[in-house]
Amino acid sequence: MMRQNIQFDSQGRLRHFLTTEGLSRQTLTGILDHAENFASVINKPVKKAPLLRGKTIANLFFEASTRTRTTFELAAKRLSADVININIQTSATKKGESLLDMLRNLEAMHCDMFIVRHMQSGAAHFIAEHVAPHISVINAGDGSHAHPTQAMLDMFTIRRHKPDFTALRVAIIGDIMHSRVARSQIHALNILGVPDVRVIGPHTLIPPQAEHLGVHVFHQMEQGLRDVDVVITLRLQRERMEGALLPSEDEYFNSYGLTPEKLALAKNDAIVMHPGPINRGVEIDSTVADGPQSVILEQVTNGLAVRMAVMSLILGRGNSVDSE
Amino acid sequence: MRLLITNGRLIDPANEIDGQVDIAIADGRILACGDIPTEFQADEIIDAREQIVCPGLIDLAAHLCEPGAEHRGDIASETRAAAAGGITTLCVPPDTDPIIDTTAVSELIHQKAEAAGFARVVTLGALTQQLKGEQLAEMAKLQQDGGCVGVSNARRPVKNTLIMRRAMEYAASCGLTIFLHADDPGLSGQGCVHEGGISTRLGLAGIPESAETVAVARELMLIEQTGVRAHFCQLSCAHSVQMIARAQHDGLPVSMDVAAHQLHLTDMDVGYFNSQCHVLPPLRSQRDRDALRIGLRNGCISTICSDHQPHDADAKLAPFAETEPGISALETLLPLSLRLVDDGLLSLPNLIAKLTSEPARILGLNRGHLGAGSHADICIFDPQQHWTVTPENFISAGKNSPFADWELKGKVTHTLLNGCVVYRQ
Repeated sequence: MMRQNIQFDSQGRLRHFLTTEGLSRQTLTGILDHAENFASVINKPVKKAPLLRGKTIANLFFEASTRTRTTFELAAKRLSADVININIQTSATKKGESLLDMLRNLEAMHCDMFIVRHMQSGAAHFIAEHVAPHISVINAGDGSHAHPTQAMLDMFTIRRHKPDFTALRVAIIGDIMHSRVARSQIHALNILGVPDVRVIGPHTLIPPQAEHLGVHVFHQMEQGLRDVDVVITLRLQRERMEGALLPSEDEYFNSYGLTPEKLALAKNDAIVMHPGPINRGVEIDSTVADGPQSVILEQVTNGLAVRMAVMSLILGRGNSVDSE
Repeated sequence: MRLLITNGRLIDPANEIDGQVDIAIADGRILACGDIPTEFQADEIIDAREQIVCPGLIDLAAHLCEPGAEHRGDIASETRAAAAGGITTLCVPPDTDPIIDTTAVSELIHQKAEAAGFARVVTLGALTQQLKGEQLAEMAKLQQDGGCVGVSNARRPVKNTLIMRRAMEYAASCGLTIFLHADDPGLSGQGCVHEGGISTRLGLAGIPESAETVAVARELMLIEQTGVRAHFCQLSCAHSVQMIARAQHDGLPVSMDVAAHQLHLTDMDVGYFNSQCHVLPPLRSQRDRDALRIGLRNGCISTICSDHQPHDADAKLAPFAETEPGISALETLLPLSLRLVDDGLLSLPNLIAKLTSEPARILGLNRGHLGAGSHADICIFDPQQHWTVTPENFISAGKNSPFADWELKGKVTHTLLNGCVVYRQ
């Protein structure tokens, strides 16, 4: 049974990265600082660091995602690890093989790390609880629960523009209910000391007792966006219309779409973020997405450095970037 | 077989007995309680010194997995577990496979239980054919020929309110009690935990309180209209208890029970996706748990049941929402209930009534009491014996329990069914 935080090994070092919840400010800041080192490696002509030479990393994607899988794969390769991609919707579990049987098989291939994406909340925890002791698990998104590396790359991007977290007002707009990204961001922002984290959306997309996560809930953009330093828009899934959560994309855009007029309510130097992929004209207007305040493409670039940082912190426990 | 139970503290709430009384048993029945005839010659004497002697427990809800899911357990294995838990009568819901909508299935269950000989099993017949909520099942036949003690649609909600009304009317004309699992399927949807702070934190689909309360409200209106005797099974919400208590106060023929785990756990216990805490209805908030306890104390909740659902190990080894709900609960029913006495909620005789005479009354069974002439279904337990829950050691085929490693007090030492010892520690 899980009583302690299983993200740490017996020496208190990060062994798995499953959620930002329950981590310390020191741990999160450590990841961000480490990522700064890699951000400079990425810009060098020789882009590889030999930190994870000889290590094998398996991308286990139970849910399709080319973008996320590609950044993890690239991050692993930049660290000189071997990578295997296993697209599981098309294989094993469909044939009735249990998730655990499949894990045992992969363990037998001497993997060191599993990058897991799964449609069920808690899947990464489940796998982390049952893997062999030499294997680490990174959660690349589990259901509506967590997506910690995405949250950390967002924190990294924020910090590059707004270095003092303790002076920030951050608003997250959209489908908080189903968003693993939002949950991980909210925990991370709270841990890093942001005093005012807001979520904005209609009642149907805000989960019950959201305040307990450490946010202020707003249903109107006009109030929620006022004087914020960071605006994060979330992707709206088309399926949300079918569950009677929203009447139409059009009405959603009218109420919650980020337009230049609404953005003007935020601080003049506010940055605009989006975890991608963007639905232009649904959650965000093109002029905002491509405008001067947008840091959306930077987020993508930073994703690589942050994932390299997390992987090397976990697998190369003790090694530093400069050691070789 | 002639038995004498001596030196024990007899608690027989139906007869308002609580004291050191010896019991003589002959031919499966109680020959005498106290004032043992001098000529009585016992084949065996059970010394129950410092132990409690009470009627065998009666469990209103236990899934025995047979017929249909024998890989999880069967009538023999689960009734044996019941005996180890001091339970002598079990009531099974109709959602077996095949469903108890024909007398043959009910008879099969009775026969298997009799052949195993560990506990008496009574059945609830289906309310609607195949539990589909479309056509009425042959309730009168199920009652008269199949021996069903009530009717129920188990955990398959009857969506169409008109069908529910007709089913209640028909059950009322048969004099049958209807056993209700209050659930509005639209509201519960794909949910697997209580909708609240925990579902929000874990990103799991929640089952709102209204999934239960909306259904309770609908059923109460129909009960009032049809006059059927109704029993609400395994409630989980404070508001449900309030509404039903008010209906009782207004004179409606309604009763309710609660599963033992709902009195001890809350949604907080789900922690980081502990699948052993995946149950239906879900573990709810502290406020709900407290209201269930208070409902028990003030008598509007008359019974505690196990809601036993054994599973094979694989059923709990998956990401939370993909695991099977339910707890293997027969062997922890009594000690978990005894905790309520230690918590100062109920007196011991009052608690025992909720495990014996009260469920017997709801099922319309002439059991749950130990006067002279009664069936000798008896549970003897040591109220002071401490033990650590080790699910691997359960007699039940299901080792799924969120109470693993809990320190509990109270252990059954003997269980008698019709005057025969069916369990001995």
